[in-house]
Amino acid sequence: MGKRQTAKHKAKRFYDYSLLAVIIFVCIFGLLIVYSSSSYSAQLKKGDSLYYCKRQGMIAAAGLVGMIIVSKMDYHKYIKLTGLAYVAAVVMMILTNFTPLGIELNGQKRWLGVTETLSFQPAEFVKIAVILTLAALIDKIGRKIDTWRGLGLAVALTLPPFVLVGMKNLSSGIIIAGIAFLMCFVGSKKKGIYFLTVLGVFLAAFLFVEYGEKLVDLKILKAYQLERIEVWKNPEAYPQSGGWQVLQGLYAIGSGGLFGRGLGESIQKLGFIPEAMNDMVFSIICEELGLFGALCVILLFLFMIWRFMVIANNAPDLLGALIVVGVMAHIAVQVILNVAVVTNSIPNTGISLPFISYGGTSVLFLMAEMGMALGVSNRITMEH
Amino acid sequence: MRALAQEKIGQAAQRNQIFHKKGIVGVFLIMLAGSLWLGGRLAYLMVFRSEYYMAQAEELHERERSIKAARGEIYDRNGTLIAANRTVCTISVIHNQITDADEVVRVLSEQLELSPEKVRASVEKYSSREVIKTNVDKATGDIIRAFHLDGVKVDEDYKRYYPFGKVASKVLGFTGSDNQGIIGLEVKYESVLKGIDGKILTMTTAAGIELDSMAEERIEPFPGNNLILSLDMNIQQYAQQAAEKVMEEKGALAVNVVIMNPKNGEILAMVSVPEFDLNDPFTLNTVQPEGISSEEKQNLLNQMWRNPCISDTYEPGSTFKIVTATVALEEGVVSVNDTFHCPGFKIVEDRRIRCHKTTGHGSETFPQGVMNSCNPVFIEVGLRVGAEKFYSYYEKFGLMRRTGVDIPGEASGIMHKLENIGEVELATMSFGQSFQITPLQLLTVASMVVNGGTRVTPHFGVEVVSADGSFVKKLEYETEENVISQETCATMKEILELVVSEGGGKNAYIEGYRIGGKTATSEKLPRSSKKYISSFLGFAPADDPQVIALLTINEPEGVYYGGTIAAPVVRDIFENILPYLEIYPEYSQEG
Repeated sequence: MGKRQTAKHKAKRFYDYSLLAVIIFVCIFGLLIVYSSSSYSAQLKKGDSLYYCKRQGMIAAAGLVGMIIVSKMDYHKYIKLTGLAYVAAVVMMILTNFTPLGIELNGQKRWLGVTETLSFQPAEFVKIAVILTLAALIDKIGRKIDTWRGLGLAVALTLPPFVLVGMKNLSSGIIIAGIAFLMCFVGSKKKGIYFLTVLGVFLAAFLFVEYGEKLVDLKILKAYQLERIEVWKNPEAYPQSGGWQVLQGLYAIGSGGLFGRGLGESIQKLGFIPEAMNDMVFSIICEELGLFGALCVILLFLFMIWRFMVIANNAPDLLGALIVVGVMAHIAVQVILNVAVVTNSIPNTGISLPFISYGGTSVLFLMAEMGMALGVSNRITMEH
Repeated sequence: MRALAQEKIGQAAQRNQIFHKKGIVGVFLIMLAGSLWLGGRLAYLMVFRSEYYMAQAEELHERERSIKAARGEIYDRNGTLIAANRTVCTISVIHNQITDADEVVRVLSEQLELSPEKVRASVEKYSSREVIKTNVDKATGDIIRAFHLDGVKVDEDYKRYYPFGKVASKVLGFTGSDNQGIIGLEVKYESVLKGIDGKILTMTTAAGIELDSMAEERIEPFPGNNLILSLDMNIQQYAQQAAEKVMEEKGALAVNVVIMNPKNGEILAMVSVPEFDLNDPFTLNTVQPEGISSEEKQNLLNQMWRNPCISDTYEPGSTFKIVTATVALEEGVVSVNDTFHCPGFKIVEDRRIRCHKTTGHGSETFPQGVMNSCNPVFIEVGLRVGAEKFYSYYEKFGLMRRTGVDIPGEASGIMHKLENIGEVELATMSFGQSFQITPLQLLTVASMVVNGGTRVTPHFGVEVVSADGSFVKKLEYETEENVISQETCATMKEILELVVSEGGGKNAYIEGYRIGGKTATSEKLPRSSKKYISSFLGFAPADDPQVIALLTINEPEGVYYGGTIAAPVVRDIFENILPYLEIYPEYSQEG
């Protein structure tokens, strides 16, 4: 059907170069920050201050190539593999969680593979699988997403990956739930239930914070979860135990001031913040580049999200729009949660900052997602 | 039908409808709101809380080492260094920075002569800084530094050093382990001598390793000011030798000498033997009794450090007759031509108060009464003056308060209450008994009599000079002129010169010099103990005194008359120090 049409309009196809530019910029900036924040521990542990930066750089370069390839693909074609991806995701999570193929690093069983170097975090793949699955589903059932049955189907499909990921990695689980929620929200015409859900979440959060001890007594909340809430309320009361990381992050952020100590001048990265290039990397950005730099980073992400919105709004069909909404939800939720954790605005949970935090799998799959969004943008036909 | 409908849906993709777009914009707006909230939170943390968190971070990153400031030095009036600083080292280890613990233990235990176990315990102790040894010689410190051991810190420090050891020990005082003054001038001038310690602030990583790249913040120490004293170490040393000699000869408990410039109160020497070693102030200067408690030892040390010239009071005895005579002359109740009769005693109320010459001095003029140190004469004039008048003069002369000398621990005199003074008390007071004052109080009041009636504040500190010499501050002391009339002063000088040239103080006479003075032999309480303090107060030249000295011998054995044992010592001292002070003998033309 579309072959003739596509050929006809090829010259007038859109491609979001500004999004591409900002992705490349953020990746390079991310490498710089990874180098800055990791060189100390890289020198100490690996004997090569560039170790983490090089690794990340190679993966990012490969990811970039992958992104271009994906962006040239027609999403109507690869969406047909959604079922396979979904099954693969669930199987991988089962393997990670329940078989020796799952590798434990830093006390967390989140990696799947043979050895440490030959492994990846399937949770990142699961995020893509969920985006594709829900996009395909909502596209398929259309307005039926407003029915209980339709919504139930969406929830039923989200639940297995959410549970499997959430068991070992609550923050990734939350992101998956966030993605699913926002995609369904966009797909539905009746928004009421979503607002009610948000209200419910806020109420639950309020209960956890205010009546945490009673909820522990009622065995609704676990003791370690309550402790996290206590630490969040007053990190300075737990400087050695739970509050250490958050407190060190706050020291870094506070030390930044308006313009920071200057690139590479962070002191908190020198062993004070454990694994400064990971989840807490934003605090190093704050320390080195100050409020100015931190706001610039947030603006970069906002720009990216705004481009996603533009692409989604102009997508040729609902499927394309939903894929981009999924990607947008992923990036936005992850960035906001990361910055919120680092600034101790919400209780601590391990969430990395997209494109900037060190982590091969994350960058690779993020690039694939970017490819998907760019691919949708490439399907937009110009009117004039 | 149904299959067809599904087919239709499958073929024609769902359109991207208006409500979808609204939803997408909605999602973006929610994210925008989230970003704004976080931006605000960041601004709060990085602007308003910045100072707080930065201070916390600094505290976490900084390792502070202090650089000791040199304590100000003390010089005598001739610029002789009498309290100096010696550089010593403090050796400490920083656990986190040690890379070769075995080597550190080996070197430190060898160089510092400590047991390896003890050093190892400190090395392995997880603390930010563990001091291994203080007061290590600079040479040893340099050797240890030359090993360049990671985690071993050699910090230089200063320790007080007194080149003269036992000279003027009770005046100078010494310092404690933190270089703070403990007694004497070191305490009094603590704020002058003490410098301001500097600091080295280094930034470290979480592992405590110093960051070379971070400019270490160095706050330079500010050395204390130097103090110039009125003491003359030559006079001080000579006086000490003389005092030690007489103490040994007379088997006395202690001998005190104070030598002062009567015109301005500058103290040239203040000796109280036995002195102690300032470089080893915690060792008793007598044989330490076996098995005493630390409390008893501390009492003995306090006794040893005590400066009797200012802290101990005694009944001055006949030297105080200077004051009685001055008051009487000033009041006009007696003139130099008045004659008295001494039968060897005087009856006051129902008491018969004896003269030291029991056979009596017979008929004598007032000056002769002074020369003879005749008690009945002084009882007579004392009674003429009356207690109230006496006290008003004591008040004027400063006998009722401390002299204000610039060393701590000064005692004030012990006087009768005015309403308790009957005739008997008045009689005994007039020849220097039944009340107590310190030697320095007596010397100060005598200075006033011979310097023309100016009350001076005896003192040691003359000048404060900054370490680099750029700043000089002269120390000022209170003086009060014309407390006594010139006429009375002139008369008193003449009479007191007669005491030495012809009277009881003739043992202090030096040919070619005009020396004035007064002897005293005070019976210690209880009188029955038959213990004495023999003293002599002398000044020279008698017509224009440049120097005044008071020597007291505490509990001499054998002959105890001040004129016999104390006066010769002062003569000996004067003989030596007067030429030194460029006061040369004047022989009459015929001589």
